[in-house]
Amino acid sequence: MTDFSWNLVTDLRLMWSFHFMQNAFEAGTMIAVVAGIVGYLVVLRRSAFATHALGHGGFSGAAAAVLLGANPVYGLLVFTMGMGTGMALLGQRAANRDVEIGTLLAFTLGLGLVFLSLYKGFADEVYSLLFGEILGISDAGVVLTVEVSAVVLAGLALIARRLLFASLDEDVAEAKGLPMFGLGLAFMLMLAVAISIAVQIVGVLLIFALMVTPAAVAIRLTQRPLYAVLTSVAVALVATWVGLFVQFFSNYPASFFIVAIAFGGYLSVRIGQALAGRLSRRAAPSTPAPS
Amino acid sequence: MRREGLDDPPGGGSGDVGSVIRADGLEVGYRDHVVWKDASFTVERGEFIALIGPNGAGKTTLFRLLLGLQRPRAGTLTVFGVRPERGNPRIGYVPQRHTIDNETNVESETLVRLGGSGARWGPGFSWRAEREAAAVALRAVGATELAHRPLGALSGGELQRIFLAEALIGNPEMLLLDEPLSNLDLRRSRELVELVHGLVQSRHVTTLLVAHDINPLIECLDKVIYVANGHVATGRPDEVLTSEGLSALYGVSVEVLHDSRNNIVIVGGENPHEGRGP
Repeated sequence: MTDFSWNLVTDLRLMWSFHFMQNAFEAGTMIAVVAGIVGYLVVLRRSAFATHALGHGGFSGAAAAVLLGANPVYGLLVFTMGMGTGMALLGQRAANRDVEIGTLLAFTLGLGLVFLSLYKGFADEVYSLLFGEILGISDAGVVLTVEVSAVVLAGLALIARRLLFASLDEDVAEAKGLPMFGLGLAFMLMLAVAISIAVQIVGVLLIFALMVTPAAVAIRLTQRPLYAVLTSVAVALVATWVGLFVQFFSNYPASFFIVAIAFGGYLSVRIGQALAGRLSRRAAPSTPAPS
Repeated sequence: MRREGLDDPPGGGSGDVGSVIRADGLEVGYRDHVVWKDASFTVERGEFIALIGPNGAGKTTLFRLLLGLQRPRAGTLTVFGVRPERGNPRIGYVPQRHTIDNETNVESETLVRLGGSGARWGPGFSWRAEREAAAVALRAVGATELAHRPLGALSGGELQRIFLAEALIGNPEMLLLDEPLSNLDLRRSRELVELVHGLVQSRHVTTLLVAHDINPLIECLDKVIYVANGHVATGRPDEVLTSEGLSALYGVSVEVLHDSRNNIVIVGGENPHEGRGP
């Protein structure tokens, strides 16, 4: 446990005097930005189950990488991108295909079990894959995270508008000549990369805290895609930064605080909107509901 | 007015050089199943045309051909003088199926703008010209006040106006509207038909509209394309929608009745409201 003072500047200076905390903040910031943006598309395209399945499938890849003595992130990337390609092949809106995704999920988790039984004594690695352990990230891990994040962000900047159109009005986008399979595949690959790096912070079990909850908050607050993406990134960043900060001074896992902050944001928005709706109905009782 | 494919053998569709759509001996199908064949017709600029026929008769399939999403198995089809290709900016399309639902918390203007710029590269957040084009399209369908409402909160009739604006934003020369009336009550149906008819007249935009029921449309139409029983009949409504014409098309005795308010009811053979394959 590190000593916490009520002087925030002193605390931040103390925290960032540790190299592993600098690493954690650098990687965490990139991950929150990528997850916040990709998460908006996940919510818009109803791909939460695909996100869940990719995370769990990635777990098997990470287990395989550990078995081979490699960095788990490489295993995550290979498995999630492979599964993402498989889902894209299933159909343009593979995200909605519960049954196919569930089948794929069960198989990849089965593979993970084999890798686990082959490799004895990696309880620590398994635990950090399941729940995240950003403080252990190496310099090379930070570089890799920043590099793949930059690729995803550049790709998103290029196809953002096309992807938004394809997500909102599939049939018209197809008639306008957009390559629907290519866009679906590009989205699944970006999602795979985002999940692979986000697992380092929150683990596969808590992946929704970064990939879904911030965007779920944002989409309730604004109807403009640009504002929603910015809000989603802001929520993911605040959750990550505060989570890391609290972990440093408390020794409780950062994942929990990230999940708690994101969920707290979601709950506040829902309660706030319910109250606002009640107040506005009371203020104008004669206004009929829009048909 | 030409009349084809009813009693006469089809294939006589020799229209003017300027025909917007020219179909000659078209046949479409999936694998070994023929949807319809021997379709020959022309569509002229500025015509308002209804595509009528039972479910599964192949009305949407004709739209897919016109959009270049599917190729005919036989015959020739030209749109604006050339073979249809995907991504033709001269065509505005409102499909029957939509991705959005009542959870879609995205403002309507975004969708309308994407109709014009959704195929572009780059993020493209907020261009003035794009906003202005969206405002013009929204005004044209009388939906200016819906611009900043979320899509998920709109009623069926309001949504159809937004889809229409999305299709209109690029100033297309042809509109393909697939079942825009299917979820609307009679009053909203008539309102939408009046709106579309107004656009046809003011912009001379050639419009094909798929419908189950011809009655809300019949006073505005230039032509009917009737798809049933694997065949396509084209002509003025009073030419196509006759007992003899439809009996020939279906191959069984069909009667076309008119009620006191000139509504049409089709009896026998198949009911276009709940049609099944013979």
